[in-house]
Amino acid sequence: MGRYIVRRILLMIPVFLGVSLVVFFLMDLAPGDIVAFMAPQEATEEEIEQLRKELGLDGPLIQRYFRYMGNLLRGDFGMSLSMKQPVIDVFKARFPATAKLAFGSIIVAMLISVPLGIAAATHHRSWLDGFSMVTAMLGVSMPSFWLGLLLIILFALRLGWLPSGGIHGFSSVILPAITLGAGQAGHLTRITRSSMLEVIRQDYVRTARAKGVSERVVIYKHALKNALIPIITIFGSTLGNAFGGAVAIETVFAWPGVGRLTVFAINHRDIPLATGCIMLFTMIMTVTMLLVDIAYAYADPRIKARYSQ
Amino acid sequence: MNEKDLVLDLKNLVVRYETEGGIVRAVNGLDLQIRRGTSVGLVGETGAGKTTTALALLRLVPDPPGVVECERMELDGHDLLSMSESELEKIRGKDISMIFQDPMTALNPVFTVGEQIAESIYLHEDVSYAEAQKRAAEMLEMVGIPGERAAEYPFQFSGGMKQRVVIAIALACRPKLLIADEPTTALDVTIQAQVLDLMQNLRRQYQTSLIMITHDLGIVAEICDEVAVMYAGNIVEKGTLEDVFLRTKHPYTEGLFNSIPYIKDRRAMLTPIYGLPPDPTRLPEGCAFRPRCPYAGDDCTQPQTAHRISDTHYVRCSAYYSRPGFHIKRGADNP
Repeated sequence: MGRYIVRRILLMIPVFLGVSLVVFFLMDLAPGDIVAFMAPQEATEEEIEQLRKELGLDGPLIQRYFRYMGNLLRGDFGMSLSMKQPVIDVFKARFPATAKLAFGSIIVAMLISVPLGIAAATHHRSWLDGFSMVTAMLGVSMPSFWLGLLLIILFALRLGWLPSGGIHGFSSVILPAITLGAGQAGHLTRITRSSMLEVIRQDYVRTARAKGVSERVVIYKHALKNALIPIITIFGSTLGNAFGGAVAIETVFAWPGVGRLTVFAINHRDIPLATGCIMLFTMIMTVTMLLVDIAYAYADPRIKARYSQ
Repeated sequence: MNEKDLVLDLKNLVVRYETEGGIVRAVNGLDLQIRRGTSVGLVGETGAGKTTTALALLRLVPDPPGVVECERMELDGHDLLSMSESELEKIRGKDISMIFQDPMTALNPVFTVGEQIAESIYLHEDVSYAEAQKRAAEMLEMVGIPGERAAEYPFQFSGGMKQRVVIAIALACRPKLLIADEPTTALDVTIQAQVLDLMQNLRRQYQTSLIMITHDLGIVAEICDEVAVMYAGNIVEKGTLEDVFLRTKHPYTEGLFNSIPYIKDRRAMLTPIYGLPPDPTRLPEGCAFRPRCPYAGDDCTQPQTAHRISDTHYVRCSAYYSRPGFHIKRGADNP
């Protein structure tokens, strides 16, 4: 198991190299000269070159790439051009808000989707199944900014129970978490249902019933543990995505997360900040997927045995 | 037959599956009585309703689409039909348990075999979980697997060993009635013999009655006291081993015996039963075997009832009462 984890961590290196190459060269392809854009209008040619050197944007692309990667290895993501602060500090300041929203939304999604998906599977083709599938479809297809606005109108404006935006305490995370979680719940419900449907037809579920195990234990112990693998997979990628920020929701709720930060960086031609954000997302996503793979081992002993080989 | 001696008393069992493609008539008015400590072989080809009968006894026919109707279903004097789901849960695995056909899929892959045996003991006996685990390890030893392997998962066992684990689960609470649904079909021949021996020994030790579902007449001859031959959801002939094997009465049973290859003349042509089993959504009127029966006559379209040959031997064939002197070829010489 330990060796498996080490191997997986080593495998992250090529992923980072690939992502960094793509991001770095794509950013360079963006039209316009960022340095000329930043320099004061009356600046001379020499002053612009001077500034370019200060910003570390001189020299051929390849050279800059290696310089950037070298700094990255030392944990230096460069300076944000627009904020005049280290990229890592800007990101760190914004990330807790994103993490709160990500965890909040996934908890909402789990609380809705797992019971609903199981109920749909155990009452296959009944009204309950139909209801949960329609709910899931609504969750997936409703635009999040629209759902967010509706929630704000009801809970913030009409009822005045919850704040309409910003980040102050626990109450402010509820509405954005529900908005983001509703969309995630749609996918998770469908996956839970189809995975459970497959498992409850298995012979070992019948064996459990024949032993005199009660129906509730048959479903929540014998069947659910077998149905977990696809659920964990979707859960992990959903969480990983949520860590990347949710621009529409952050905008609607004035939520200071990394999604809006990245869009800001791109709009302001802040190449070090945009590149840094994408590299950090990559890192968070790969670590999340590693955690998902480790979780597999706890759900299924066969996978654990394979890891140990 | 003394009523108190009966472990199972089943009268007029009907099971049908109401599907979109039509009503599948899986079991059609089946009667079955089993005395304490005896073993009955339930034989018949695929689709004859053997497994459905077994599931009906555990009240585990999936509903929907399954519909079960029955005049009487008593296990050791207790009426299974009037029991609530929670009362049934107390009976399943304790008084009546089942060994399933395919050991590869019958065990839950994500729990250790020890947990799976212990669960049954913990549910039905008044013991702590630690005690249940200890007893589970003892059950493993009983079926010839070292007790320390209780902490291992099904994927770490071979097919024959998995079937031993399934047997250990089924016998863990010393049931009064054990239903074995083709317990050896998925195993190779040498393992088959071991598993059968093991079941036979444990059954004697625990005084368990057995319904052995199989399509292998050899297994029946080896371990059963009585035989019930099923065709299209009903028992067409029932009797002791001698009754059915030597004094065969039903044309279908005769067809089964005739289709066994004759070992002394390997070049002899096989004698099949012509035709196919009837479509259970469209069973023929009267005797379901009529379209394939070499003795079929006009009387066969009437509803069939069990005809008593002797105290132990019954046949469901109207020819015996509507055609005086009727007999089939096999067994005619030694009545």
